[in-house]
Amino acid sequence: MEAEYTGDVMTLNMGPQHPSTHGVLRLELKTDGEVVAEAIPHIGYLHRCFEKHAENIEYPGVVPFTDRMDYCAAMNMELGYVLAVEKLMGIEVNNRVRCIRIIMAELNRIASHLIAAGTYGNDMGSFTPFLWCFRDRETILDIFEETCGARLLYNYNWIGGLMCDVLPGFEKRVIDFIDYFEPQVDNLNKLLSDNYIFIKRTANVGIMPPELAINYGVTGPNLRGSGIKFDVRKDEPYLGYEEYDFDVAIGRGEHGPIGSCWDRYMVRIREVKESCKIVRQAVAKMTPGDVQESIPKRIKPAAGEVYHRTECPRGELGYYIVSDGSLKPYRVKVKSPCFTVMGAFRKISRGAMIADIIAILGSVDVVLGEIDR
Amino acid sequence: MKPDEIAALLGAQFGAKILESKPSPLSPWSVVDPAEILPVCRFLRDDERLRMDHLECLAGVDYKDRIEVVYVLYSMTHRHRYALKCLLPRESARLNSVESIWGAANWHEREAYDLLGIVFEGHSDLRRILLPDDWEGHPLRRDYKFPTSYRDMPV
Repeated sequence: MEAEYTGDVMTLNMGPQHPSTHGVLRLELKTDGEVVAEAIPHIGYLHRCFEKHAENIEYPGVVPFTDRMDYCAAMNMELGYVLAVEKLMGIEVNNRVRCIRIIMAELNRIASHLIAAGTYGNDMGSFTPFLWCFRDRETILDIFEETCGARLLYNYNWIGGLMCDVLPGFEKRVIDFIDYFEPQVDNLNKLLSDNYIFIKRTANVGIMPPELAINYGVTGPNLRGSGIKFDVRKDEPYLGYEEYDFDVAIGRGEHGPIGSCWDRYMVRIREVKESCKIVRQAVAKMTPGDVQESIPKRIKPAAGEVYHRTECPRGELGYYIVSDGSLKPYRVKVKSPCFTVMGAFRKISRGAMIADIIAILGSVDVVLGEIDR
Repeated sequence: MKPDEIAALLGAQFGAKILESKPSPLSPWSVVDPAEILPVCRFLRDDERLRMDHLECLAGVDYKDRIEVVYVLYSMTHRHRYALKCLLPRESARLNSVESIWGAANWHEREAYDLLGIVFEGHSDLRRILLPDDWEGHPLRRDYKFPTSYRDMPV
């Protein structure tokens, strides 16, 4: 670790191997005593040239690469890509595919938020919620595993359909899990969310005012934590989300100014409950059908371009795809939600204490694989 | 607002500075004279009817004969979307930074500079962001030659 002394300001490197940077992120802290005058994020340690790779692979081959961006929510990453290509080609999928996609995306959202909440508790010094969250997430991964064979990186959403249909008894397993899981959320609230120490550590820290959030392009739970009711599933629905009855969870500032770390954390907990509601409705809407009937023989979109965005657990994931009429995409640009929120990190962490940097970083819930791509 | 209304509004305000408009429902866009990007963006953000307060995505695309910078804009107030494009020559891809209008542009522009070599003038901190500081070349350029080694390490 390099440190240089310039007057009263000391430069301190946090990361890239610091456990609470949630991956390989380096924060260059300019510290004045315990106060952080500036926290400058340095990213790129996990850069795997996704956009360059995508130029050299045919459209269906890009899907497994998208999995590897946000490995905590791979279903949502694939979903964004396949929906963008389907929009470019004008493919309509049947009701069964739509319902299964929604169930998978929402289950993955729950799993992802469980990681966010569990590791955040761990960062704040509370270990048991971490174990509880990972225990419940395990059931979701089991459901994914029996459906597509993989626990983390699925390649399940294909352009025009799905890799395979779900197994018989899938609906019952999902509903059983939701029945079991919904009361667990309240238990987690009792243990962590309403915990006095946890609130003290997070409620007055890392305030993100709504104007700053919009100006810096922050999306998803971080934006809603600042009290802005915006959700792509409601405001620009895809896959028929407009037919589902659910609320958009926002931060309400119960324990301090709105837009604090606690608000951002709490939005995720509230969203998990909404996801349970969506999953129940999607299971009820499922109809028989062939999940591969719309998969084109040749995936070769006409020349053109498309921008499509979906609501991922970490915010709004956008794909800007340019086609030149060949079998390979000419350009795939990913607008990553974690990337934009990391751009705002320097603003919201200015003047915080060193220990609060951990609280702020955990509350924005970034996955470095998606930032660096 | 509908995409064609936004295109008409832009045309009325900036006239010949808007080089081309294609308000298709799939992805509506207008091509703007690169020298005018700042006033056009400021108008899009500040006009009451438009209020494009959210820069969703800033993408650079190398088309072999030109470089395109695409700004995908969205209005949180009115919930409409529009895209601007600037066409730049490949040898001297430079244009003004819009960082003063949307804070989000700071990192997006650094990424476009890093991967495509587009220089944003007036940017407060134009450094490489994803690649190491001493990396040579801009990988998303179509004529990029893959290096065989980096700091004497085979790649």
